[in-house]
Amino acid sequence: MSLQLLANIVVLAAIYALVSIGYVLIYRVSRVLNLAHGELMMVGAYLLVATADLFSGDPLVALALAGICGLVMGVVVYAVLMRWMTGEAVLTAVLITIALGILLRGSVILIWTTQQFYPSATFGWRNPPVPIMPGVQISAASLAVLIMTCLVYVGLFIFMQWTRWGLRMRAAGQNPLLAELRGIRLHGVYAFAWGLSTFTASLAGMLMALDSGVESTMATIGLKAFPAALVGGLDSLLGAACGALIVASAEIAAIQYVNPLLSDVVPFVVLLIVLAIRPWGLFGSREQLDRV
Amino acid sequence: MSQRHQYAKELGGTWQRRARFAWVVAGLIALPFVATPFLLDLVNQVLLASIGALALTLLTGFAGLISLGTAGLLAAGAYAVGVLVHEANAPFWVTLPAAAILGALLGLIFGLPSLRLRGLYLAISTLGLHFVVIYLGGEYEAREILSTGIMIDPPSIGRWSLSSGRDWYFVLLSFAAFALLISVNLQRSRTGRAWRALRERDVVASAIGIDVQRFKLMAFIVSATMTAVAGALFAYFRNFVSIDAFSLYLTVQYVAMIIIGGMGSISGALLGAGFVILFPYAIEAIAGFLPARFSNAVFALDYAAFGVIMILFLLLEPAGLLGFWRRLRYSLSTRFGRPLP
Repeated sequence: MSLQLLANIVVLAAIYALVSIGYVLIYRVSRVLNLAHGELMMVGAYLLVATADLFSGDPLVALALAGICGLVMGVVVYAVLMRWMTGEAVLTAVLITIALGILLRGSVILIWTTQQFYPSATFGWRNPPVPIMPGVQISAASLAVLIMTCLVYVGLFIFMQWTRWGLRMRAAGQNPLLAELRGIRLHGVYAFAWGLSTFTASLAGMLMALDSGVESTMATIGLKAFPAALVGGLDSLLGAACGALIVASAEIAAIQYVNPLLSDVVPFVVLLIVLAIRPWGLFGSREQLDRV
Repeated sequence: MSQRHQYAKELGGTWQRRARFAWVVAGLIALPFVATPFLLDLVNQVLLASIGALALTLLTGFAGLISLGTAGLLAAGAYAVGVLVHEANAPFWVTLPAAAILGALLGLIFGLPSLRLRGLYLAISTLGLHFVVIYLGGEYEAREILSTGIMIDPPSIGRWSLSSGRDWYFVLLSFAAFALLISVNLQRSRTGRAWRALRERDVVASAIGIDVQRFKLMAFIVSATMTAVAGALFAYFRNFVSIDAFSLYLTVQYVAMIIIGGMGSISGALLGAGFVILFPYAIEAIAGFLPARFSNAVFALDYAAFGVIMILFLLLEPAGLLGFWRRLRYSLSTRFGRPLP
C-alpha cells in the first residue's frame, strides 16, 4: 500500500470522525438517533456560503459567525422539535429526525437552488496541495480537517472529563432520572448536546465546503459517517474515531482495489458485519442494547 | 368449532354491511368507466402503493418490527423483472413468481438481524441492507451499460397486452384486494395474535409459548414477498426500471404512509397510501400560485412540505388520519347529540 493511499484514508477518516461526533453526543446523552445529521451538516456548509457573501473580506469573521449559527441551529432544533419527544417511543424520535432531514433538504434547494458554491473562492483562498511527506500530498483544506478533528477530539475529551457541563452531560446519559433528581436540568443538557452536535457537524460541513464546494448532495456524506459511529459503539467518542478509521480504510481499499461504485455501500457493509458480530460496537456499552 | 362459526358469521355480517360492501364493489367496478385517464392513473398509483403500505403495516404495525428496507425490497422486485426481461426476455408469469421468491429470500435475510437486534438497531440493519440491494442494482446497470435503466414491454397473453389504464386498474385492484385479504386474514388468525404479542413484549410472548424467532422471520418474509411483488408490478406499470427510483426517500414515503394513515391499522395503511401519493399533486397545484422561485423547484417544495406534514403528524396526531377521523366523528356526534353508530 502506498503512503499516498494511507494519507487518503487518514483524511477521509478525519472527516468521518468529525461528523460522527454528532451522532455519538446526541445518542450518548439522550438515546436519540439523529438521522438528520447529514442534512444539518449540509446546512452548516450553506451557512458558510451565506456568511461568506456578507463578510467576503473577513474570512475569520465569516467562519466564526457560521460556527455560532451552527451551534444555535442545534439548540433551536431541540427547542422546537426534539423537546416534545422526551418520553416518546424511540422510533417516533427517529422518524422526527428523518422528517426534519427531508424538510432541510427541500428548504436548502429552495433557498440556494441546486447550484454548486465555492466559499473559498469568495474569500480568494486557493487550496494548494501540501506535501506532508516526500511523495505524499493532501490539499490544504484536508490538512485543516485533520488538524480540526484532532483539536475537537482533544477539546471534547477535556470538556466531558473535567468541566461541570461535561459532567452533567455524562450524568444525564447514564441515568436521566437520578441526574434530574440531583438538580440537573435535562432540557438544558439535551439542548446543549444538540448544539455541540450541530456545531461539530457544521465545522465538518464548512471544511468540506472550503475543500470541494457545497452542493445539495452533500448530506450523503453525513449518512455515511453514521456507520463509523456505530462501529465504534454509539455512546463512545473514542469508538467513533476508531470506527471512522476502520470505515475509511475499508472504503478507500474498496475504491482502490475493487470498484469505485462500492464507495457508497462499503460503510454500510461494515455496519452490517459489526451488527452481526458485535452490535454494541467496539467500545459501546453492552447493556444499552436492550433499552432500545 | 364455535369460534370458527362466529368468525364466519362476522365475515358475512349483517345485511346492512353486506349491502354496503356491495355498494363499494359496484363503485370500484364502475370507477374506471367514469374516471378521466389522469384520475385513473392516480387511482392506479394509490392501489400500487397500498400493497407496499399493507406489507409495511404487517411488519411494523402488527409485529412491531421496524424496517427501513421498503425501497430496497421494491427495488429487488423491480430488478427481478428487469434482469429477467433483459437477459432472457422472460414473460410475466415467470418474472412475477421470481420476484416473489426473491422477496421471500430477501425477507429472510432482512429478518435474520431481528433475531438479535431490537428497535433502533434493527431499523439500522435494514437500512444497511437497503444500500446493499441498491448497490447491486446500480452495479448491474453499470455493467450492462444501461445508463438510462431497463425498458420493459407490457405483460401480454397472446395478442392482448396490458397497457391501458383501465386494464391496469383491474389488475392492480385485484392485487391490492388480494393483499388486503391476506392482511385481514393474518391479523385475525393465530399468526396475527402472535405478532401482536411480539409487538407488546417479546419476552412475555416467548413465555406464553409463542415461537418468537419463527414469527419474527415469518413477518419479515410475508412482508418482503408482498413488497417485492409490488416492486415487480411497479416495473411493469412504469415500463421501466432504474435504480434512481428507489432512493431512501421512497422508504420514508412508505413509512410516512403508515404513520399518516394510522399505525397498526389496515384502513390506516390504505388512507396513508392515498394521502402520500396524492400529496405531490396537491403541492404541484399549489405551487402554481406561488412566486416563480418556488414553482420552479416543485420537487424541493414537495420535499420541504412533506417534511413539515410528517413532523406535524408525529407531533400533533400520532394516531394519524384514522385517529383524526375518529375524533372528528366523536366530537360531531356529541355536538349533535347523535349516538355513535
